[in-house]
Amino acid sequence: MSDKSTGNNSGADNTSLGKNAAGKKEMFKPLSRRSFIKAGALGAFLLGGTSIALLPLRKFKNDTSLEAFFQQHYERLTPERMDRILKRIEQEIKERHGVDAHVKDPKPIPGVQFAYALNISRCVGCRRCVHACVEENNQSRDPEIQYIRVLEMPEGTFDVEKSNHYYEPDTVPAKGKYYMPVQCQQCENPACVKACPVGATWKDEDGIVVIDYDWCIGCRYCEAACPYWARRFNFAEPKIPKEQINPDMAYLGNRIRPKGTMEKCTFCLGRTRNGLLPKCAEACPTGSRQFGNLLDPDSVIRHILREKRVYVFKEDVGTRPKFYYWFDK
Amino acid sequence: MEKEESGINQKEAPPGFLYKYGLFLICAVRLSFRGHVAFYAWMIFLSIISLFGLRAYCNQFVEGLITTGMTDQVSWGVYIANFTFLVGMAAAAVMLVIPAYIYKDEEMHNIVIFGELFAVAVMIMCMLFVTVDLGRPGRFWHLIPVIGHFNFPISMLSWDVVVLMGYLALNAHVCGYLLYMKYLGQKPNKWLYMPFVFLSIVWAISIHTVTAFLYVGLAGRPFWNAAIVAPRFIGSAFTAGPALMIVAFQIIRGTTGYHIGDRAFRLLRQIVTISLLISLFLFGCEIFKEFYSQSLHNASARYLFFGLHGHYALVPWIWSAIAMEIAALMILLSRFSRKPGSYGWLNLACIMATVGIWIEKGPGLIIPGFLPTPLGEIVEYIPTYNETMVCVGIWAIGALVFSWMLRLAIPITSGVFHRTEDE
Repeated sequence: MSDKSTGNNSGADNTSLGKNAAGKKEMFKPLSRRSFIKAGALGAFLLGGTSIALLPLRKFKNDTSLEAFFQQHYERLTPERMDRILKRIEQEIKERHGVDAHVKDPKPIPGVQFAYALNISRCVGCRRCVHACVEENNQSRDPEIQYIRVLEMPEGTFDVEKSNHYYEPDTVPAKGKYYMPVQCQQCENPACVKACPVGATWKDEDGIVVIDYDWCIGCRYCEAACPYWARRFNFAEPKIPKEQINPDMAYLGNRIRPKGTMEKCTFCLGRTRNGLLPKCAEACPTGSRQFGNLLDPDSVIRHILREKRVYVFKEDVGTRPKFYYWFDK
Repeated sequence: MEKEESGINQKEAPPGFLYKYGLFLICAVRLSFRGHVAFYAWMIFLSIISLFGLRAYCNQFVEGLITTGMTDQVSWGVYIANFTFLVGMAAAAVMLVIPAYIYKDEEMHNIVIFGELFAVAVMIMCMLFVTVDLGRPGRFWHLIPVIGHFNFPISMLSWDVVVLMGYLALNAHVCGYLLYMKYLGQKPNKWLYMPFVFLSIVWAISIHTVTAFLYVGLAGRPFWNAAIVAPRFIGSAFTAGPALMIVAFQIIRGTTGYHIGDRAFRLLRQIVTISLLISLFLFGCEIFKEFYSQSLHNASARYLFFGLHGHYALVPWIWSAIAMEIAALMILLSRFSRKPGSYGWLNLACIMATVGIWIEKGPGLIIPGFLPTPLGEIVEYIPTYNETMVCVGIWAIGALVFSWMLRLAIPITSGVFHRTEDE
């Protein structure tokens, strides 16, 4: 900016407002032709420029009803409202994907604390769990979201910095390596739950950390907080081929998520709250994955915790995961 | 409000508050569009850039955050980096308030309003940066207590919302009240602004500390989970803020002829020098802690300073930042920056310090916090063109807002723009 305001020794600016700064007379003076043209040109520039700037919004498909926009937090929904919401979601999925989905809201079973145990002596790194999870949970395929990340670790270290996430040997397990799948650890003291500014994620009564996808504002603070890199964000509208959509959906679980929200492993709560195993446990061909109820003294989980060499990942950060790694030899 | 034909101003009922304020607003709007050709050129230039930014954001609004370079591995990028840097700038207004009000420095009294207006413009930029970073900005109402679900006091982000809104309100009130009183030609009521001024001094420290605590509170991110982050934030904020103000006030002085004495610049220079010294000392402490013990927790620091596993995108940036900050300190400590009347060296030092701190606190803090990921992976982050345009657009909006506020504030404080009685 050049210094053009010379010659004015009052230290004031040179807009010549003068003494009658806010006088009525000055105010209601008729507009001069020059001012009118100036105002017109400025207005045209601003209006025109703004319209051009807003042009990309033409592509915006507003498929959110007013009712959906003002939908309340999950914990404030009455059963009747939840029924309406589930029906609305089913309708939206039919319209957008052409699939007849059944969206339910399975509640936690009383007297249950779910936990997972993974035998890293047996895991061969085949990644069948990764893909079974993607098929079950209706993640976006493009960009592809995977809840489970399998780390190929060199024997003799726990340091994940030495891991390889993108191993592609001809056969697994590769010599001198062991495999450590990581997914949401459903922590007892979850860092993500503390972080969320709107309370969109919380620990449910059966220990599963859930997300109300419609309440999430997409700030991604939970993703920064998670010590296990377990949470995923929908950077774009999820794209799933119609034939790969799993129509059995749960509101807090595997329903198709909106763009701009977080998601993660939910221990397949739509299945596990109905007596089934999570899809990853079912898919594992080596029997490395065990799942059960911590509060049931006869469960396989309790047996493993009693008998096996169990440890938790990053115990030092104090999150108390309910995902237990163990090894035989 | 008819005038008596006799010419003597009869004692009428005094005009109401709304009438006076309404007249003030209308005159302010008219004043906003008056100016020098250079003023017009500047504002139009900023508007064009802002519109480019708006267009880029519309792209992002439609497609989602896939238009940015962010990934699940590095889930915060230049938006939050700029936000973090700018919260510091806002806090730095306190460095003008303390001398003006606590030490009752007359010279500073003239320009403290500009510093507070600077804080208001910067806070608006902060809020814009957070908004463009949200995956679902329309759902911001979820943050409102009662109708939404505000996770206060557990979530540090909720604290950030509270302190930032409060600081914006404090500064907007103090500036607005003092400027309006000056416009009316009335003496401001001490009780309507002094308590808020003192509150804003404490509050300024809190906004930046809370922002630091956003990062410090995450046990899973060892690069951030360190006590020194909050003091480093304060030190760097009180360097870059006053440095930027030194440059901005010279521009104001040059373009409007408004008198800002050399003493004010001397004081600001001293603040920048001492804060830069402290900031670099704390930086040194961090470097010692990261590298002396050679523990594996320093992986992020190794990535930042030396590159890791073949990834070294940030290395040239951080070393440039260090070089600029040290060079700035050398200039500030030398006699070059003290030449009265000619501020070339001082400006160079201020610009280098500000840019260096922007790098150190922005990309140099956010990105290494994410890399290596908690699972040991490195996926480097490069902002996209669209993302960069949004950032540039928001900076332009901030400059636009600040220039517009000065367009009104300077005539008011110099007495040119005032209420007259000839109704």
